[in-house]
Amino acid sequence: MPNLDSTFSALSDPTRRAILARLARGEATVMELAQPFEMTQPAISRHLKVLEGAGLIVRRVEGTKHPCRLAKDGIEAIDEWLAMMRDALTRNYDRLDEVLADMKPKKRMKKR
Amino acid sequence: MSKMTLKTEGDRYVVVTRRFAAPPEAVYRAHTEPELVQKWMLGPEGWTMPVCIIEARPGGKIRYEWTNGKGGGFSLTGECLELEPYSRLVHVERMHLPDPTPDNHIETRFEPDGAGTLMTMRMTLPNAETRAAMLATGMEHGMEASYVRLEGLI
Repeated sequence: MPNLDSTFSALSDPTRRAILARLARGEATVMELAQPFEMTQPAISRHLKVLEGAGLIVRRVEGTKHPCRLAKDGIEAIDEWLAMMRDALTRNYDRLDEVLADMKPKKRMKKR
Repeated sequence: MSKMTLKTEGDRYVVVTRRFAAPPEAVYRAHTEPELVQKWMLGPEGWTMPVCIIEARPGGKIRYEWTNGKGGGFSLTGECLELEPYSRLVHVERMHLPDPTPDNHIETRFEPDGAGTLMTMRMTLPNAETRAAMLATGMEHGMEASYVRLEGLI
């Protein structure tokens, strides 16, 4: 199971988020990734190592190339956690709207 | 639905904002008075909070106990750190499942927004163990997996 701390840490960098956005469209090599970012391949490789360590991408060996793609488990772990929290909070705050509406007309708390 | 935002900030925080059609005083009270908190801080449908203790002073204890009425339940304990009525709350909390999760440090701000309130809650990120434990409690019930896609983040 990917560690969410390292996952979010990996996501804190704009270049790494952009790399993930690019990989969401499909597999790419280091060279392909380096071009749009105007970065050297070693610099891109360092970012890829962080993303790989966080379980967000996986790389395979194809001759001398190491194409990268998104790792389903890492992406889903964040997705699932945020969705769960968003869902619980949405329900809570919808209920809080009702609580606040009930409080409004009264100067003090009153048992209903 | 557009009233709430939830996003990650840097590598440490999840930030939630929500607007309410009530002044900061009311929203603040709904976060610090147990009889009000018990009415809304319930998570998924079907859960209730029979125990709600909030000692609203620095160092004061917080204790919530939830049950789903079917034998399922868990609790949360914490401490109030800073209270600035009716604008700001800082507290730490941990879930007991039954082993305690690492402390989650939460700052909640309440700002006037027209006739209402803009609430901003900044939470420290849970680690993998916390998340796994949260999932194991069944809190994911009713979740729509597609609700938030990572595409929204990046």
